[in-house]
Amino acid sequence: MIDWLAFTPWTSLAGGVLIGIAVSVFILFNGRISGISGILGGLLSPVKSELGWRLAFLGGLIASPLLYALVTDLPEVEIKAGFWQLILAGLLVGIGTRYGSGCTSGHGICGIARLSPRSIAATVSFMLAGMLVVFFMRHVFGA
Amino acid sequence: MPVITSLIAGLLFGLGLILSGMTNPEKVIGFLDISGQWDPSLMLVMLGALLVSFFAFRHAKNREKSLLNEAIKLPTAQKIDRRLLIGSLLFGAGWGLAGYCPGPALSSLLSGDLAPVVFVLAMLAGMGLHEVMERRR
Repeated sequence: MIDWLAFTPWTSLAGGVLIGIAVSVFILFNGRISGISGILGGLLSPVKSELGWRLAFLGGLIASPLLYALVTDLPEVEIKAGFWQLILAGLLVGIGTRYGSGCTSGHGICGIARLSPRSIAATVSFMLAGMLVVFFMRHVFGA
Repeated sequence: MPVITSLIAGLLFGLGLILSGMTNPEKVIGFLDISGQWDPSLMLVMLGALLVSFFAFRHAKNREKSLLNEAIKLPTAQKIDRRLLIGSLLFGAGWGLAGYCPGPALSSLLSGDLAPVVFVLAMLAGMGLHEVMERRR
């Protein structure tokens, strides 16, 4: 059943368009894929000539809430995960995105936009795994 | 110049994530909760992003150099192998567990909440672990 109270079609679509513009700027000007896990993970085996653009992209991403807050209030967020849950989740996301060569941005957006079968397979996989975990968390263990 | 366009892309990406509601972990989990009260918003985020970037990639595919004369580097791997699928399943499990993927976690770092900081540190540790495992292979 659709949760009509939580559903935000217009702001989500508009946010998506902004992300699409960001991805387009990055491929057209820098010639690179906007894959966040790849841009971040690449810093762990640094290539000197790539350091500048990697840090600039991540810096922009991290600074974006400051710019957003200049215009309007940041949206309310709700976080239910506890400390150890965040640790386990972070470890899984870190290892998984590097092992699988991408995350929601690299596979889910850039890969699908390129109609890459590999990225479509990856996106189906991580969505299914996420849905399964949420099903067990919410409906079996009732967290 | 590439550093400036990179910074702009990062900023726009982050603004998009915030506006779309994706920096709210419960909203992301609401999307993954298909058997409960389902929030389809994430679908529209992807739709909006795909509608724009599809054309950018179609244009980039046939060029060798970017507008700033940088080499255009598109992924060349084709095979759907075990690494891709196992890695994606592990990532998805972690994504569902806390509601954070790498982008929104980074653009939540300065929000004042401790949770994204803890998550990002663990994520970096996970990436480091992968790096160590790869170097041993």
